[in-house]
Amino acid sequence: MAQNKQEAFTLWNPTSSGDRGGAWFLGVLALVAVAVPVLNQLVPATSATHLSPYGITLIGKYLCYGMLAMAVDLIWGYCGILSLGHAAFFSLGGYAMGMYLMRQIGRRGVYGDPILPDFMVFLNYKLLPWFWHGFNHFPFALAMLVLVPALLALVFGWFAFRSRVTGVYFSIITQALTFALMLAFFRNDMGFGGNNGFTDFKEIVGFDLHSDRTRVVLLLVTAAALAASYKACRAIVESRAGRVMHAIRDAESRTRFLGYPVESFKLWIFVFSAITAGVAGALYVPQIGIINPSEFAPINSIEAVIWVAVGGRGTLYGAIAGAVLVNYAKTYLTGAFPEVWLFALGALFVLVTLFLPRGIVGLVGARGKDK
Amino acid sequence: MSGSVRDKRLYLEDLTVSFDGFKALNKLTLYVDPGEMLCIIGPNGAGKTTMMDVITGKTRPDSGTAWFGSGIDLLKLSEAEIVAAGIGRKFQKPTVFERLTVFENLELALAGSRSFLKTLRARITPEQRRRIDEVLEIIGLVGQRGSLGRILAHGQKQWLEIGMLLMQNPELLLVDEPVAGMTPQEIERTAELLLSLAGGHSVVVVEHDMAFVRSIARRVTVLHEGRVIAEGDMDTVQRDAKVKEVYLGV
Repeated sequence: MAQNKQEAFTLWNPTSSGDRGGAWFLGVLALVAVAVPVLNQLVPATSATHLSPYGITLIGKYLCYGMLAMAVDLIWGYCGILSLGHAAFFSLGGYAMGMYLMRQIGRRGVYGDPILPDFMVFLNYKLLPWFWHGFNHFPFALAMLVLVPALLALVFGWFAFRSRVTGVYFSIITQALTFALMLAFFRNDMGFGGNNGFTDFKEIVGFDLHSDRTRVVLLLVTAAALAASYKACRAIVESRAGRVMHAIRDAESRTRFLGYPVESFKLWIFVFSAITAGVAGALYVPQIGIINPSEFAPINSIEAVIWVAVGGRGTLYGAIAGAVLVNYAKTYLTGAFPEVWLFALGALFVLVTLFLPRGIVGLVGARGKDK
Repeated sequence: MSGSVRDKRLYLEDLTVSFDGFKALNKLTLYVDPGEMLCIIGPNGAGKTTMMDVITGKTRPDSGTAWFGSGIDLLKLSEAEIVAAGIGRKFQKPTVFERLTVFENLELALAGSRSFLKTLRARITPEQRRRIDEVLEIIGLVGQRGSLGRILAHGQKQWLEIGMLLMQNPELLLVDEPVAGMTPQEIERTAELLLSLAGGHSVVVVEHDMAFVRSIARRVTVLHEGRVIAEGDMDTVQRDAKVKEVYLGV
């Protein structure tokens, strides 16, 4: 009886609507994970339904962006913290992966140096900088692509939340953070390849990055990572901690008055979100084949927020859908009408804000439950 | 009055708070008995809110003492520690969590660990569920347990907030203008609710609505310019010449 009551109550609960949207999302993701290998590996290249390597890369990119958007949604949609610097964590994860890939090139570089990547030879480095050590080991790189974004988020968040920097002020300093990182990474003497960044990767854990088969596997890994991080985020927002996050968003000081350490909650979520963004960036780099400082550009973080707004904040899967749709439109428009893309993006953001406060997902699933 | 100052729930003695020379509290002395329902009235600026602020640690007095029971010096505790010690305050403007259900609002107010990792793994125990049901019963919101906070009527929000205080089973409840903006039916319901709480808890109500005060208070304290000018049952204080002069305006 008590169990039935509990179920009836769950139906009403906006934070756990049985997650039908999530089931749909995971279903579509599984479909992609099946279709991509089939269409690329089994369908002959001459067929019209064959998926080109470019197509795989594009899908992989969308999934990475989806993961970034979900990370933004976790803190913005649930905790009310608008980060306009999440591309920084994405880029740091990407750079960590890039460092590993650079060290894998070895003698196959243009200059043939067994230790130093090409750009270091070009810039007259004699020794490998200390922070490049260890990146020839894949597990070390994996650890770093989690730890570096996490540490930055921890330190930055600790200072920001402890000083009760909230709202638009927090958004502005996160923009400053990513902008500062961009300027730093542009400098040649940072040891990260300056404005050229890293490219010309050869292989990852022994597999040729230019073979279709590796591309397919990378895409499958990305899909699995996206599904797993979705599940993790979903578990967080449906726990009591998730309800505290809602409470913080609705009435922060009231939550504090109930005795919850609001700053600590924000910090945990911010760090987790940064790690998710970092992993997304790390998956992005081997598929795209390049990482450079322009990934830190402030506009990238703003775009990620627009994806979330378009898809529908506070649902997780909505953010992913928004990222895929907006980027699909971007791929199309920047190809067909390159000059209108930014106007289209701006117009989209204005229209969504005015007419679709709950995003595309809100439009589809408008059952008035949250009214 | 039983001359003894022992066995009181709350002791406020000689409290003085001044803001830029203006004395919000002027040697205020006041006691609250265990399980008592005390109503505090007074014109604007009499020091009612400042007194609540001192008890809850939001404002520190310039001089005087504030003890909770005979063992807890409130002036040494932080706001959060005062809450944990068993003093709950309901603010004038109701703030419930709008996008959580009534049940979830009460769940978050449950006593227990507040750390992120603990709440991440927290599951509601049958005992906690019973406690929530019990409070839902007391505040009369059983039918609204699954409704979002934001669809509640004004009065219901006030009751929910009182319910959230009750979840932590405080020994002293401070209630700031509970019936402002309520319909007569809601006022009546609130009076019943507060009266049912007295006995189990000490309840201090600050209110302007005289009819309401008359309906719930056994003891009324009148504040004026930061000090107590009269005390007693409603009829006694209303007959008091000083009270008539400063407050009732007769």
